[in-house]
Amino acid sequence: MLEALTLILICQLAGEVTVRAAGLPVPGPVLGMLLLLAWLWLKGGISEPVGRTADTLLGNLSLLFVPAGVGVMVHWARVQEQWVAIAAALVFGTLITAAVTALTMMGVQWLLARRRGTKP
Amino acid sequence: MTNAPLTEIWVYLAASPLLWLTATLVCYLAALKVYRLGGESPLLNPVAIAVALLIGLLKLTGTAYQTYFDGAQFVHFLLGPATVALAIPLYRQRERLRSLALPILIALLVGVVAAALSAVGIGVLCGADPVTLISLAPKSTTTPVAMGISEKLGGLPSLTAVLVVSTGIVGAVFGPGLLRLLKCHDDAVKGFAMGLSAHGIGTARAFQMSPVMGAFSGLAMALSAFATALILPPLLRWVGLTG
Repeated sequence: MLEALTLILICQLAGEVTVRAAGLPVPGPVLGMLLLLAWLWLKGGISEPVGRTADTLLGNLSLLFVPAGVGVMVHWARVQEQWVAIAAALVFGTLITAAVTALTMMGVQWLLARRRGTKP
Repeated sequence: MTNAPLTEIWVYLAASPLLWLTATLVCYLAALKVYRLGGESPLLNPVAIAVALLIGLLKLTGTAYQTYFDGAQFVHFLLGPATVALAIPLYRQRERLRSLALPILIALLVGVVAAALSAVGIGVLCGADPVTLISLAPKSTTTPVAMGISEKLGGLPSLTAVLVVSTGIVGAVFGPGLLRLLKCHDDAVKGFAMGLSAHGIGTARAFQMSPVMGAFSGLAMALSAFATALILPPLLRWVGLTG
């Protein structure tokens, strides 16, 4: 547990430092994820405690968004004033995004399968 | 023995992170209970219920968001390690990942552009002001990336955080039903669409449905964090929203 958490924090720290040193436009934890992925690839496997720690963290992922969500109270006036535009963009924008992504991925898979001459 | 007056206890609690950290966990557990009692209906999203409970508590006690966040930041901090930990489910799916490389890459680019243009386009049609539009543009990507982009381009980072969380809730609530309507039965595709449109909250929902869906949702979230950070600034300049 402790080793696993340390490994994860080291990857995040390395990510944050690299992003700042190289002026990359991506957030540190995202680069940290790629570093951990590279590490797992080099080691050729996931140790049991690392797997368990990750599953615990990801199993409670929703909780971690609560503090940022409460921040809506700070922007209440703006949200109230433009709520139609915000609600429409949130609902329809998100549904359009999910649909376009899924259809594109299915379409490309279908095209690839057809080019190989097999049924999708 | 004299009892400490209630106000004195309140003064102590108000100054320490203990109270609001505990309140965050208690409200989230209560929200989870409601969610389970309601037959895990996606409409009873635990994040939305927990946020509503906490705002009610903060209003009742007249507490400022900054005071609340001093305690809740310990939970907020874990978003970073959780993002790093997404490498593990990804590694477990490495075989499928290799075979799906091209569909994933194309769906990623198309999806990221669709996310930004649909948000900004609908916002313009409904009369949102430019600051709101810039804050909306990165809403489908994960919180730290979205806040960074919003700040760089002249939006309100804390408003973006709220819009990102709301987007995640919308995706978690309506995403699975929409994908069923589109006759999408592949867990890899469903997961990828959930993660791209609704980042971590969509990923949390995807993990509840199947481990494969969760892994691909996490992959989409990570890739879109990269792609959005690279594509969004020139895209918004191109549509004339930023200079």
